[in-house]
Amino acid sequence: MRPGSSFFDFLQEHDPSVMPSGTGPAGLDAPHGTTIVSCRYAGGVVMAGDRRATMGNMIAQRDIEKVYPADEWSVVGIAGTAGLAVEMVRLFQTELEHFEKIEGATLSLEGKANRLATFIRSNLGMAIQGLAVVPLFAGYDQGSARGRIFSYDVTGGRYEEHDYYSVGSGSPFARGSLKKLFRAENDAETAVQVCLQALYDAADDDSATGGPDMTRGIFPAVYTVDARGAQRLSEDDLHVLMDRVVAQRFRRPDGPVAEDPTAEETSS
Amino acid sequence: MTMPFYVSPEQIIKDKADYARKGIARGRSVVVAQYDQGILFVAENPSRALHKISEIYDRIAFAAVGKYNEFENLRVAGVRYADLRGYSYDRADVTSRGLANAYAQTLGTVFTEAQKPYEVEIIVAEVGHDEQSDQLYRLTFDGSVGDEHGFVAMGGAAEAISAQLQEQWQADLDLPRVLQMAVAALSEHGGQGPRALEEKQLEVAVLDRSRPRRCFRRVSGPELSSLLTSE
Repeated sequence: MRPGSSFFDFLQEHDPSVMPSGTGPAGLDAPHGTTIVSCRYAGGVVMAGDRRATMGNMIAQRDIEKVYPADEWSVVGIAGTAGLAVEMVRLFQTELEHFEKIEGATLSLEGKANRLATFIRSNLGMAIQGLAVVPLFAGYDQGSARGRIFSYDVTGGRYEEHDYYSVGSGSPFARGSLKKLFRAENDAETAVQVCLQALYDAADDDSATGGPDMTRGIFPAVYTVDARGAQRLSEDDLHVLMDRVVAQRFRRPDGPVAEDPTAEETSS
Repeated sequence: MTMPFYVSPEQIIKDKADYARKGIARGRSVVVAQYDQGILFVAENPSRALHKISEIYDRIAFAAVGKYNEFENLRVAGVRYADLRGYSYDRADVTSRGLANAYAQTLGTVFTEAQKPYEVEIIVAEVGHDEQSDQLYRLTFDGSVGDEHGFVAMGGAAEAISAQLQEQWQADLDLPRVLQMAVAALSEHGGQGPRALEEKQLEVAVLDRSRPRRCFRRVSGPELSSLLTSE
C-alpha cells in the first residue's frame, strides 16, 4: 500500500478525536447488538441480522440495522457494543471508498478483511473494559467468482469460514440451524431462506435476539453479494419469504427437519 | 561578492504568473460541460494510468491540467478533505464550494510563498438535483476562483476551444451531443492542426445525476464508442 492511501492512518495522524475509540469505565451499560448469520450459495453469499439491540434485560431498540454494505462487493454485520460497532462500520466504509478513490482500484477481498482486523485490534482497550465489537465480514471474490466469509475475535484475529457462520448472543442456536440446513448447491433464494430460519431459531432460544415482528412489519435485514454486487433484499420479497417461514412454523414450531442419513443409505 | 539586484514585487508576481501560464499552456486540454442528466468531463489523455479526471465525493469530481505531480497532490488533498468532512459530520455536508475554497487557499499560499507556483488549473464540479443547481468552479494557479456555467475548457488551446463551444453549446442537450461537441473542439484545436482523436486518446467521465449515491462514473470501451457514433 502506498503511504497515504488509508483513511484510518490519515485520521490517526490528523484528527484522532473523531475516531471510534477512547476509554470508559469498566462494566458500562450500553446497547448491544445480537445475532448475525451468513452462509454461502452457488456464486455468492448471504448475510442477515436480526433487528434487536439489548441493554441488560431491556430491549434498547427493536429496529436497529446491524448489516451494512461495506462497499459495492462486500457486506459487514456487527455484534457487540452497538454504538462503537456502527461507528466502526462507518469508518470501514470510508476507508474502502477512500482507498478506491486515491488508488483508482478496489482493495482485494483479503485486503478488506485484513483492514477490518486492524480496526478491531485498535479497539482492544475498549474490549477489555467490556465494550467489545465482533463483526462478520462477507464478500464476493472476483478472482475465484464465489462468496467468502470472514469471522473475527475481539483481539483482531481473522479466520476464514468455509460455508456458514454466525456471531452474537444467539449464534450457538443459529449455527446449529445453519449446519442442519446449509447445502453448497443452494441458490440465492434458498440461502436467504436458510438464514431466516437460522435467525428464527436464534430468537426462539435466545432472549436477546429479535424474532420477526409481524405486527410492526420489522423483519431481519438481508443482503446478498454476488457477481452483480451487494444488494439488499427488498421489503416485499422479504415479506413473502418471512410469511413462508412463519406459516411453516405454525405446522412445525421447531423448524425444518434435517434429512435422515439412514434413509439415504438404505436407498443407495 | 555580488549584490542581489532589487526586483520589485510586481515583477516577481508577473514572472511567477508567466511561468505558470506557460507551463499550463504546454499541456493538452480538458473540457467540462453540463448536459441534461449531469456533467461531462473529456480530457485528451493517452495515459490509462495517470488520470486527469477523478472522483472526489458522492456528487463531486475533479479535473486538472498542468503538471501531474502537482495536481495529483491537490487531488489527494481534496479526497482527504471530503472524506474527513463527510466522516466527522455527514455526507450531505461535503460541498464543492467548501472544497473550492480550500483549494483556493492552498493555491494562493503556494503562489505567494513558494519559490515556484503550481503549474496547474483545476475544475471542481458538483452535480445538483437539476441543471440549475449544478456547480462548476474553475481555479487557477494563483488561487483565484471563478464560478462557471455551461462549459469550461482549460489547458493547451483553451481559448480556441471555448470559442468553438460558445457557438455550439446550449442547455438541455443530451450526453452524446455534448460529448461529440467536446471531442470535435478538442480535435480541432488541441494539436498543431485539426486531427482526428481516437477513443484511446480520450479520458471521459460523467457525474450522472440519476445514480443513487456515488454519481461519478468513467465512460470507456464499447459505451464510449457507441456514444461517439450515436446520431
